[in-house]
Amino acid sequence: MTFRAMILRAAGTNCDRETENALRLAGAEATRVHVNRLSVEPSLLDEIDLLVIPGGFTFGDDVASGAVLSYTLDRRLRESLDRFVASGRLVLGICNGFQVLVRLGYLPGDGGRGALCWNLSGRFEDRWVRLRAGQAQGPWFEPGREYFVPVAHAEGCFEWFPDQEGQPFPESQIAVTYIGEGDGEAGYPANPNGSHLDIAGVTNAAGNVMGLMPHPERFVRPTHHPYWTRFRKNGVPPTEADLPEPLGLDMFRRIVRTAL
Amino acid sequence: MAVYTVTVAESEGLRGTGDADVLTALDELRLTSTATARRDLATHRDDVYFLRVPEGTPRETIERFAEDFLVGAPSRTGAVREGIAFPDRTRDEAAIIVQRRTGVMDPVSSSVLHALADAGISTNCDVRTARRHRIKTGLKGPTLSRDVLHVIATSHLSNAVVDECHSFLAGEEESLPDPFRAAEPASAERTEVPLREFDDDDLMRVSEGGGLSLMIEEMRAIQAHFVELGRDPTDVELESLAQTWSEHCCHKTLTGPINYGKERIENLLKETIFAATVDIDAPWCWSVFEDNAGVIGIDEEWGLTIKVETHNHPSALEPYGGAGTGIGGVIRDTMGTGRGAFPVLNMDVFCFGPLEATTDNLPPGTLHPRRLLSGVVAGVRDYGNRMGIPTANGAIYFHPGYIGNPLVFVGSVGLIPRDKVAKEVAPGDLIVAMGGRTGRDGIHGATFSSRELTEESESVSSGAVQIGNPIEEKKVLDALMRARDEDLYRGLTDCGAGGFSSAVGEMGEKVGARVDLSRAPLKYAGLTPCEIWISEAQERMVLAVPPENRERLFEILAEEEVEGCVLGEFTGDGQLRLFYGDTPVGELSMKFLHDGRPKTERTATAPRPVPHAEPDYQGATIEDVLLAHLDHGNIASKEPVIRQYDHEVQGRMVLRPLTGPGCDAPNDGCAFSPHRDDASTVVVGCGLQPLLGEIDPYQMGAQSVDEAIRNVVASGGTLDRLAVLDNFAWGNVHDPEILGAIVECARGAADAARAFGTPFVSGKDSLHNTYRAGGVSRSIPHTLLVTACSVVDGPSRAPSSDVKHAGSVLLLVGPAEPSLAGSTVQLIYGGVGGVPVPFDPKLGLATHRTVSEWIGDGRVHACHDLSDGGLAVAAAEMAMGGGGLGVTLDPTGLPGMDPINVLFGEGPHRYLIEVSPSSEADCLAAGIPVHRVGEVTEDGSFCIARGAETTSVPVSELCDRWRAPLQSVWPLDDEPVAGADDSHTDDSETETDE
Repeated sequence: MTFRAMILRAAGTNCDRETENALRLAGAEATRVHVNRLSVEPSLLDEIDLLVIPGGFTFGDDVASGAVLSYTLDRRLRESLDRFVASGRLVLGICNGFQVLVRLGYLPGDGGRGALCWNLSGRFEDRWVRLRAGQAQGPWFEPGREYFVPVAHAEGCFEWFPDQEGQPFPESQIAVTYIGEGDGEAGYPANPNGSHLDIAGVTNAAGNVMGLMPHPERFVRPTHHPYWTRFRKNGVPPTEADLPEPLGLDMFRRIVRTAL
Repeated sequence: MAVYTVTVAESEGLRGTGDADVLTALDELRLTSTATARRDLATHRDDVYFLRVPEGTPRETIERFAEDFLVGAPSRTGAVREGIAFPDRTRDEAAIIVQRRTGVMDPVSSSVLHALADAGISTNCDVRTARRHRIKTGLKGPTLSRDVLHVIATSHLSNAVVDECHSFLAGEEESLPDPFRAAEPASAERTEVPLREFDDDDLMRVSEGGGLSLMIEEMRAIQAHFVELGRDPTDVELESLAQTWSEHCCHKTLTGPINYGKERIENLLKETIFAATVDIDAPWCWSVFEDNAGVIGIDEEWGLTIKVETHNHPSALEPYGGAGTGIGGVIRDTMGTGRGAFPVLNMDVFCFGPLEATTDNLPPGTLHPRRLLSGVVAGVRDYGNRMGIPTANGAIYFHPGYIGNPLVFVGSVGLIPRDKVAKEVAPGDLIVAMGGRTGRDGIHGATFSSRELTEESESVSSGAVQIGNPIEEKKVLDALMRARDEDLYRGLTDCGAGGFSSAVGEMGEKVGARVDLSRAPLKYAGLTPCEIWISEAQERMVLAVPPENRERLFEILAEEEVEGCVLGEFTGDGQLRLFYGDTPVGELSMKFLHDGRPKTERTATAPRPVPHAEPDYQGATIEDVLLAHLDHGNIASKEPVIRQYDHEVQGRMVLRPLTGPGCDAPNDGCAFSPHRDDASTVVVGCGLQPLLGEIDPYQMGAQSVDEAIRNVVASGGTLDRLAVLDNFAWGNVHDPEILGAIVECARGAADAARAFGTPFVSGKDSLHNTYRAGGVSRSIPHTLLVTACSVVDGPSRAPSSDVKHAGSVLLLVGPAEPSLAGSTVQLIYGGVGGVPVPFDPKLGLATHRTVSEWIGDGRVHACHDLSDGGLAVAAAEMAMGGGGLGVTLDPTGLPGMDPINVLFGEGPHRYLIEVSPSSEADCLAAGIPVHRVGEVTEDGSFCIARGAETTSVPVSELCDRWRAPLQSVWPLDDEPVAGADDSHTDDSETETDE
């Protein structure tokens, strides 16, 4: 049995190829499909196990990050996507894809709305961050495990707008949080954007839709580690086992393994 | 038609910092004094959308569109008004509205039109956008007079070149000119220029008045040609000649005859740079100096394209747009190499005046270096990040000589299948233009770049500035790669300087072309045929398409949302025929266009060395000198810039510009895996030594090559498959001595390339980098940028620069005795001239090879090239990445009396490496100069031991000093804004528009 993933792209998507690469390394079958093609052939969704909306600057992030793509999906494919999500199949949004899923309302889903606002630093930042997996449902992360992956965004500050004032963000939907040196709030730059509750990624209540700002697809080989040269042995690049934390590939492997 | 204004604001009560641009303006204008005052300010930025929709469109449709799309998030609120009207401000709020000038590219409007189509409104609509900045005045905020608002608006929120702004006092209602007013129409008729009877003065008036930048010999040749034809030229024909014959397009100075003293040089580049490449004759050079970029082989199937360009004058006037379209342009060079390469790396190198420059130092009409730096970085960032290309290699260099004419180098590396390297054009092929629409932007860029910057450059040349739209270029790239892989076209080039005129003129050189300019899609009506022909509107490519592939090509373009048109066809008659509809507007023979230019003869004399003066560092301790180096912008951490660039997108990067456990210490270059595997690694680095130029330009040429190669070797590269690129940025080459310096520099660079067996594969020159103010013309320092690129089989061998193990030994490899001539010590403590350590071809080769072998056999734990700041700065930087380790330097075994020279002097062929004590003896016996100069310690301090006198500073303190200078340009919230008093306000910066 094969695990089939579709990587949805549009004008300005730019992480589609490395996401395809990561999924293939994890054992999935992955194809890149343009939103204009899916618009005329929504039945393509029937053939897949995972829909990925990858990183990038769709339509230049004009108006707001992910605004044009999410509006296009809303106007052209809302029913098909609703059915896909309701069927329990998986949807993953990375960076720009996370922003799109939040604008479409699939994340966080019930109980309130989220928004990914400007980083409190006021600027785009590319840096590696430490994450801890939360208690969220779904095949995404091993709860409690720590990860090390890069972020690269300007609008990643997660804000929570509950339907009922004062309602806290449901802990069961926190997929990953940024962590700092000790306990307590991570603080800048460990939390690179100022997200509420140090949230880096969330799921819907059912756990089959997940979005995150960091880029696990950029850490699928040991030499992707930002200081892998410190783990070299006799001048040879390290293997996975030599690194102190799992590759970002771990997330893609778990998705494929859990599904099969 | 009905017009609506939708104004979108951040919801009240959100955490946030307000309107950062306005806050910076208030800070720099000293209207706020402390961080507390800054927090008290209420500033807001509203996004404004003017929608013009068909009469009868229900208001509810617009309201729903505004709510679902333009607002679209709980963090924002929107207001819809009929006509040009805005939601009320509070009584104490002043406002500034900034919008693009009529006819200027507005990328956001096309995205809103896309969404309007999804909302079911796709015909007869138009969109313009604006920003409304609201600033609370009065009790807690500053008092804002009309004058102050005007200064904020023009100096910080807009650029007169592309924006118009309107200020409103508190209580004053906004009123704006119609944002949809059309650009002025122009006539589409044939225009002739009667120059057959003109004398020389009249001819030069035509050249200057028309912005043609042609010299008298060239005007005379054109006159003679048309006398022979028995008619006068049209404006389109004159422009075509001016574009094709411009310095920018044909490099007439460096490829023309030069009388150098008693020597006669027929073609400088051919006899130096290119000759070295011919002599080396590397089989892995697939295409050199002929296409838009050089191409070298990675493996049997794939090649690497590489190109570096300059975009100095546009960036000087409009840093954001200039740098953005600079990087966008060089990316198109990659896309337009062979039948299309895929861009995988961006590079940028900037030269500015000092960050500490005061307003008095600034020539009138120039932007402050801080403003240039932040604008240029934002331009590269927004274009590169949106294209999804990592920007991972570069340099920033500060020197007073660049204050009136900054340099902005931008580079691009791409991947190309071997079978797509060749291109051709056949008679009968359609000329297809794809990508952005043509507008009045960027008229005369090619000829403008060959002129001197003056106080009036901003107003005279505003049309020469382009505005980029990276998403348009990304769409073009996606469509192009699909069309390439289906082999739908035979030939391809990008529209760069000179627009269609250069692209079609070049592609059709051997066959001829017929073009109907009325077919080009326009941004707005009213362009003359001549404007369409030479417009440098961005994001356009031109293809030679066999007619049978037309349908499939346009299918792909439609799915990728890229506009395309058939401009005409390549003919076979050797003529360039231009029409507007049925009206002929120009006809030139390709032969005259490409070969008719008279050679311009130049005179050069050997440059005289500057008189020697010693730097004055009397009384400074070694610690003082060390800290002064780390404080200097040339050495200071570039992290605040690097982090704004997405340097990891595409998942290929294996050696990043930053290293160490904190990811904050400097590497020498970057490396990536072209296929995201262990099969091969590409290493890129650069060399730049402007201070050597005035002392000995030959040495600058040779040593810049050496530095680029050191950076590549230290980053895991080898000499086996290493290509180099040259970028000459020079001043007034009509001055024989300045031209003589290029001759010497080119010879030095060529000799170094020959010595190392590293061929030049691509290059570009930028001459006439001069600035006129107060009647005096000043040339920039002679500047050669060398970029080096090495292809290595197997995974990355890079050791990176950070020290790794306490107890390791530090070895200095290469010449032991440096020189202060051309060193950073001279930049800091004054002094000029002197005798640099000479380039040594044999020793240089042996050193690079040896270090590269040692890295390959795994004995090198860390490696750093010695450049700016010499031994001490290299050792300090290696310590900074050590994650708490320290370094003790003991230079007592090195020759030389002056400790400042021993520690901070500079010179070629020098590396500092970390090895285990067990490797030391073997390394010392290598047969090249190797000296033990220190060790790695556990204690986290940086020590320089000199007998009884020892300097010791905590590494963490070094890091703080080293980070501060550039951090001050991008302060985090609540940090005081450094240099607030030395910014100037006569000029303006564009909005970064995110």
